[in-house]
Amino acid sequence: MNPVIILDNISVRYHAPEQRINTFKEYAIQLFKRRVRIKEFTALSDVSLQVNRGEILGIVGHNGAGKSTLLKVISRVLIPTNGRVRLIGRVSPLLELGGGFHPELTGWENIFLNGTLLGHTSREIEARLPEIIEFAELGNFINSPLRTFSSGMVARLGFSISTTWKPDILILDEILSVGDENFRKKCNIRMEKFRLEGTTSLLVTHNLETLQTLCTHAIWLDHGVLKASGSPREIVELYRQSQLLTQ
Amino acid sequence: MADNTINSNIVFTYDSKARRSPAIEELLDTIRYRDLIYQLVRRDIVARYKRSVLGVFWTMLQPLGMMIVMNIVFSKLFGRIEGYIAYLLSGLIAWTFFSQTTSSAVHQIIWGGALLKRIYVPKTSFSLSSVGTGFVNLILSLIPLLLIVLIARRPVTWAVTFLPIPILCLTFFALGLSLILSTLAIQFPDIKEMYQIIIQAWMYLTPIVYPADILPETYRNLMLYSNPMYYLIEMFRSPIYNGSLPSITIIIGGTTISIITLLIGWVYFSYQSDKFAYLA
Repeated sequence: MNPVIILDNISVRYHAPEQRINTFKEYAIQLFKRRVRIKEFTALSDVSLQVNRGEILGIVGHNGAGKSTLLKVISRVLIPTNGRVRLIGRVSPLLELGGGFHPELTGWENIFLNGTLLGHTSREIEARLPEIIEFAELGNFINSPLRTFSSGMVARLGFSISTTWKPDILILDEILSVGDENFRKKCNIRMEKFRLEGTTSLLVTHNLETLQTLCTHAIWLDHGVLKASGSPREIVELYRQSQLLTQ
Repeated sequence: MADNTINSNIVFTYDSKARRSPAIEELLDTIRYRDLIYQLVRRDIVARYKRSVLGVFWTMLQPLGMMIVMNIVFSKLFGRIEGYIAYLLSGLIAWTFFSQTTSSAVHQIIWGGALLKRIYVPKTSFSLSSVGTGFVNLILSLIPLLLIVLIARRPVTWAVTFLPIPILCLTFFALGLSLILSTLAIQFPDIKEMYQIIIQAWMYLTPIVYPADILPETYRNLMLYSNPMYYLIEMFRSPIYNGSLPSITIIIGGTTISIITLLIGWVYFSYQSDKFAYLA
């Protein structure tokens, strides 16, 4: 056993006002009327979990079951309300970092901006620059502003930057459908290489077929509770049955 | 999977239960992410001037242009002040740094908020980069300021070597206030609009375009000494416009206010920032 992710009794409770208060003005009015009623919403409830090195863990569950919240807890974005998270190694979330790009900056400049957002130093980025550009297949566009890029190019660049460094823990929220058939093949090869080198992956997807073929282990979340944990086949089976029942 | 025998020798990279004080942890993380802050500053400066012909010269032309307009409007009124343009520009540059930095920090945290829900980034980066951008602009606008001081025939003395102190104080104060405003703005986005009104009123309450002695004598001291920006602007203006050091009251007052504001802002922000991701 070689755990790299250990979650002990994780709970996440959102405290949200019953009606969303967006402005300070509204808040002041509501406060004055003594009407700020806080509703508690439990996104995760008492989830304990261990993931070992090299495992690919699939997470299934209906919308709002707490899948994304679980990933946020593991990627350090959200500090759980209760419980303890322990990790070994660098976590890298693989998502289109559209928000981290700037349209006026060149592809080259955006690599540095995006790379530092992911926690790399300028020197580390410098060293990997040729590799990033080559993998993203940008050619001469690297010196043009990002606003002149096609959406496929932007997605490829984002993917290239975030997977240039082998992560210890890779977080995949919905498998990316980046670019054309050829590029997808390259992505899959890179993922496979990570797996062989011991990267642990967490995968959230609605596509149960992909989950069965890719994952080594799976869990089922339902209304924030860890319902079951086991082999992907068992879990997919259980999940399918529960869905049939509710229909 | 469920294995409860965890080797006690394992060193964890991250342990949500073994965190240091949030204020210190945030500080250490910003040091680790210093290249990000540099990239954010670079982005703001490069993106601003990229599609303009004059480029970075705008940073110098902007305060000059504003000064020319205000000089035409107010020089009749305050013409009795010797070298009014130097008085005006020195105050205006310090004020512009403060108002632009704090407004941009509020804007940045709202932009960064979406990012903060997806990846881990030290959350003070956005305020720090706003102050960094403002700092670069401030340094650049010292060039036209020097020019105006010479044109207005104000004495240039050794007192200008004191300038790094007021600049540092302005930076600390702007950063502290930016952090407080960001914490509020992430919960209530309309703070952004509200702050624009406050900063307008604040500017007119601070002696920037007018001399302090036109304020009614009865409230003058109260109005001046309860306004943090009065200390900071005086600290910055005195070596440039008077060619002498500001009074000891101004120096001590300005330094104390800026350091305290920074400490309060940093601690308040870092203790509140865990909650940011909870705000859907």
